[in-house]
Amino acid sequence: MTDTYAQLVNHGVGRNVARKLGLPQPAVLRRYQPGQPLITGPVLVQGNTAEADNLAAELLSWDLDVRRHAVPREKLGAIILALDEVSHPGDLEKPILSAAASLRDLAPNGRLVTVSRPASEADSPAAAAARQGVDGFLRSLAKELRGGATGNGIVLQEGIKATSPSALAALRFFLSGRSAFVDGQFLTVSGTSGVPARDPDKPLAGRIAVVTGAARGIGAAIARTLHRDGASLILVDIPAAGDQLAAVANEVRGTALQLDISRDDAGQRIIAHAAQRHGRLDIMVHNAGITRDKLLANMDQVRWNSVISINIAAQLRINEALLASEYFRKSPRIVSVASTSGIAGNRGQTNYAASKAGVMGMVRATALLMAGHGGSINAVAPGFIETDMTARIPFAVREIGRRLNSLQQGGQPADVAETIAFLASDAAGGINGEVLRVCGQNMVGA
Amino acid sequence: MSIDGQTTAGPVEPGKAGTPATRRAVIVGGNRIPFARAGGQYAKSSNLDMLTAALDGLIARFGLQDERIGEVAAGAVLKHSRDFNLTREAVLGSALSAETPAYDLQQACATGLETVVGLANKIKLGQIDSAIAGGVDSASDAPIVVSEGLREVILDLNRARTLPQRLQVLSRLRPKDLAPLAPGTAEPRTGLSMGEHQALTTAQWKVSREAQDELAFNSHRNLAAAYEAGFFDDLVTPYRGLSRDGNLRADTSLEKLATLKPVFGKNLGAGATMTAGNSTPLTDGASTVLLASEAWADAHDLPKLAAVVDAEAAAVDFVHGKDGLLMAPVFAVPRLLARHGLTLADIDFFEIHEAFAATVLSTLAAWEDEEFGRTRLGLEGAFGSVDRSRLNVNGSSLAAGHPFAATGGRIAASLAKQLHAKAGADGRPVRGLVSVCAAGGQGVVALLESL
Repeated sequence: MTDTYAQLVNHGVGRNVARKLGLPQPAVLRRYQPGQPLITGPVLVQGNTAEADNLAAELLSWDLDVRRHAVPREKLGAIILALDEVSHPGDLEKPILSAAASLRDLAPNGRLVTVSRPASEADSPAAAAARQGVDGFLRSLAKELRGGATGNGIVLQEGIKATSPSALAALRFFLSGRSAFVDGQFLTVSGTSGVPARDPDKPLAGRIAVVTGAARGIGAAIARTLHRDGASLILVDIPAAGDQLAAVANEVRGTALQLDISRDDAGQRIIAHAAQRHGRLDIMVHNAGITRDKLLANMDQVRWNSVISINIAAQLRINEALLASEYFRKSPRIVSVASTSGIAGNRGQTNYAASKAGVMGMVRATALLMAGHGGSINAVAPGFIETDMTARIPFAVREIGRRLNSLQQGGQPADVAETIAFLASDAAGGINGEVLRVCGQNMVGA
Repeated sequence: MSIDGQTTAGPVEPGKAGTPATRRAVIVGGNRIPFARAGGQYAKSSNLDMLTAALDGLIARFGLQDERIGEVAAGAVLKHSRDFNLTREAVLGSALSAETPAYDLQQACATGLETVVGLANKIKLGQIDSAIAGGVDSASDAPIVVSEGLREVILDLNRARTLPQRLQVLSRLRPKDLAPLAPGTAEPRTGLSMGEHQALTTAQWKVSREAQDELAFNSHRNLAAAYEAGFFDDLVTPYRGLSRDGNLRADTSLEKLATLKPVFGKNLGAGATMTAGNSTPLTDGASTVLLASEAWADAHDLPKLAAVVDAEAAAVDFVHGKDGLLMAPVFAVPRLLARHGLTLADIDFFEIHEAFAATVLSTLAAWEDEEFGRTRLGLEGAFGSVDRSRLNVNGSSLAAGHPFAATGGRIAASLAKQLHAKAGADGRPVRGLVSVCAAGGQGVVALLESL
């Protein structure tokens, strides 16, 4: 579980040796702690667009130190790059090269966030080229950033303002330590139904959340994070994991529901439990998942079916029950755990990748249904996360898996949990049908 | 409002203080750890470990973290002297509020059911609003004591003042005094083990080997089916790698059971019918039951499965052979049902603890016996018969095992769930009867009704 190498190259002799030999030096990431400031140091807002001005004004109201022009050699906490008005690839030069001049001043664990519009077939060819250009630019820049700094982009659908609640929530997420392991990613804001959190430290206060697979690993981290953010929890795991589930439930003051989610009536049992104890259900986190790796040539029916059944068929069935339930109507949120394996594929994981790609397909197709109830559904796709499961991977393969991303390290279960908590929040209501990767910009899968 | 003290509950029924109980005590649910065969997965677990685990699972199931429960009562039959405050220590080690009071109770195998009855009565009286009943036993981690000779020497040595006195005390010590004593299952007044006592009763009521094996087979089959159906998903929390009862043999058959050699009543020759298959093994485990007043359950958004209607204890004179050691429930049940104007036909589910298959069958035989009904129960004829399809429908001790004090809690919670489900399906009140026999010729029975 512990990344010994990362500890070694961040201290004393190890740091010097690694530097001289040109070895990877994964940074110690700034991760969110309650009470932590959103960002340390001034925020530079680059780009001469109306939205840039609006954002600068908004950030001022957050009590941040905002700059519209760079002050040479002043350490910056973040750079926000407004590219929302580019209509020709030539338009990229000015804002991007202005930002470039400030890159060396970006503090360790700094943030770069682009704000842009999506390229679509309805655009003029030049506008589409410029808008799509942002994609390649940001993904490349994220790979150049060092010292735990990340680069991510907010894509505003036509008609959505940069200061709409969910765009601001996304910006807050990307600036904060909550997004420590999210790098090189774009998040599209398509609606205005987000509601800003009354208390930014308790964005889930009063919300009733269900987390499946909560007995350990990422699921237990999700439970802890949602609890910290104020949610009341119902924790689900298979009966055989009940002792660990009870321990997590007692830690986060939730209730333990021992249930095999692949049972036909799993959705009804979850809803019945939530209705009995809380009178409703607001957030469903589909985290439970299994791997049964085998090369396809050696794949048997049991391995294939168990993975499909638990990782995607169960989610579909539970969502169907939720969508039909009157108890799931108060700004409902569904967040599913997908995987980068479902994006890039992984040798030996045809069943797993099929199930996880299936999750992403399901999420996109369920978005409209959730919107009909004033809700949203999104997925996170974790990359290499330090868990008991990845600790069992052979050493060499594990080391490669860890380092093959822009942050040169594995993520923590809490990193996945933070992203889920964000997508489950009221403020993220305008984000629907999206898949956000939590992978440190893993080299595989774009 | 935040009070860092201990709030008081208001009067139960304003203006009725001191009047007899008028409110219900309900079973909200239960939790137990899977039962393990002695020397198995829980061999290194103490009673305190297991009871705490069962409590923590209950707390997690119902979200009772930091809750101040009215009272917790539990007990163990095989108990270390250091566990004088076993239940309170388990509470302190659990996620409950440290301000939850607790007491230990001991009534042999009826311990668990008696904690349910006692706490339910306190709730009915308005003394408490919530309670957790329970029990635990470890046959693996059994207390071993020093011999009486050694014990006397040690105590006298402690009182001796001078070196000569000490030497004189020590000189009394004999090699045989150094042998440790393990707890036995023999009745102190007869020297017979429980199995040998039951063998006498089995022979008296002419209970056949086949009937005993069939009852044991049904117990395993019913318990396995209940696990498969997910019945225990909200009744059992795994512990130490065990997620189902270690004694359960889902694949057992009447043929396999028929091959086992008798272990009790061997002096009866061909009349020996009791085997390891139709007798409960020594078992480790713990169980808990959450009880509450209806108002408390409602205020905490908790389910109400069944009411604890009433209970009855009985004892028999087995020492002089008037009745079998485990036959006390035969007398307790008719008294309990008569008090409510009920007969066996009014009971939808029977939970008769399977100390031995023959115990259940002897009990049923006595109730069906005309003469016994007239001469011993004071009835006009036989007390009645039990519809076998209503008996131990989710398995009982032969399959699950029998950690003595934990059995009552296992049965009470499972039966309450069964009653609630049946009532929901049938749309009518459903009654259940629990019967537990105990050492010393005792028995405790209880009547539950669905909510």
